[in-house]
Amino acid sequence: MELTLDILSFVLMTTGGAFVLIGGIGALRLPNVYTRLHAASLTDTMASILIIAGIMLQAGFSLAAIKLLAILIFLLLTGPTASYAIANAALLSGLDPQCDGSTVGAADGDDESGEELRS
Amino acid sequence: MIEVVFGVFLLTLLVITAVAVVRTENLFVAVMLMSIFSLLMAANFFILDAADVALTEAAIGAGITTVIFLGALALTAQREKRSPNGRFATLGVISVLAALMIWATFDKPRLGDPDAPVHQHVAPWYLEQTPELMGIPNVVTAVLGSFRGYDTLGEVFVVFAACIGVLFVLSAGQGLDRGLFAPDPESEGLRHHLIPKVVGRLLVPFIVLFGLYVQFHGEYGPGGGFQAGAIIATGVILYALLEGEASALNALPRSVLLGMVVGGALLYTGVGVAGMLLGGNFLDYSVLMSDPVIGQQVGIVLIEAGVGITVCGSLLSIFHAFAAREAR
Repeated sequence: MELTLDILSFVLMTTGGAFVLIGGIGALRLPNVYTRLHAASLTDTMASILIIAGIMLQAGFSLAAIKLLAILIFLLLTGPTASYAIANAALLSGLDPQCDGSTVGAADGDDESGEELRS
Repeated sequence: MIEVVFGVFLLTLLVITAVAVVRTENLFVAVMLMSIFSLLMAANFFILDAADVALTEAAIGAGITTVIFLGALALTAQREKRSPNGRFATLGVISVLAALMIWATFDKPRLGDPDAPVHQHVAPWYLEQTPELMGIPNVVTAVLGSFRGYDTLGEVFVVFAACIGVLFVLSAGQGLDRGLFAPDPESEGLRHHLIPKVVGRLLVPFIVLFGLYVQFHGEYGPGGGFQAGAIIATGVILYALLEGEASALNALPRSVLLGMVVGGALLYTGVGVAGMLLGGNFLDYSVLMSDPVIGQQVGIVLIEAGVGITVCGSLLSIFHAFAAREAR
């Protein structure tokens, strides 16, 4: 039982870590603000669910688990809201989401404002 | 071992962030990097087992300071001005200082060395006497509130003076009753952004509740007046950002905020004077109640409340001072 829980939480946390890594790579490599944001928001939601679930399995039924649950709920509320706010600010400041395939060349022009919004 | 690796990792990130802050010319990016720097610093404090300091750094450094910097940034330009002269003088001064500091570290005891002078002086006495004299588990609060009450009183007055200074510099009192905050579509907050508004409204009470928890749980866990004041101020600033500055000022007018700044400091001093009147020393809480242990606890709760009120009032006054300049 103990071992199963350990293995399960290990798997959850490792997958969560992998999502953080993927989100980080995406935030660095993708061509414009919206796609970068799409990658970065992965760390807010999927990765935090997985990692906190993994830690909760380690905590067992205790006060710590309830605190972790509260943290998870707040993260799930605030993370996507922040992503939305950034995307909305980008849209309002006049960055067009590029729908055609030829994004790489045009992305250079966006770099400046993209930098600001991302950081 | 793992802590050492993690600590080295965090410190490396700190250096990288610091260099990035200096290198960037975009002030907005610099502010965001400073926020990241503070968060890394908080993590660093946490792995050094200084949970109280970590909480302060996260709440004030990464939270409020960023908002106030952004408020200041709205009044100035986005880009740093290049100063043509004095680069070599700066470089010289910094190199000498850095060399001195590195030289000073050679005398520093190993990290966490129990024989270090700082662990041999009064710290063991504090650790030993806290359960007996105060009966509270968090020694940090005991040291901050009672043993070193004078230092904390000084800190509160530093916050007080800083707040008054900022208010004078920004001369925010001018527009007090001239209806400066007449409804203006631009400063109405995020009226037309539904999602942040709904979520923010949901969060504000929880933030304030968490602040109160940090305030009154400070004797048992990490926390206390400084952190709680900053957290509650964050909640009110979030409210101001969502609903517009005017409604935040309606809820907590400037006069109330100034009253908080003064009242908190007065409460702290008053507790000290009350101790004197009851026959003890200044800031000696043991005489406040018939039982000295309960007296100490009452005293610490009261002065922590004073600290929290002053910090919260100061941060909000400063925020509103910047926001008022913006509206002009």
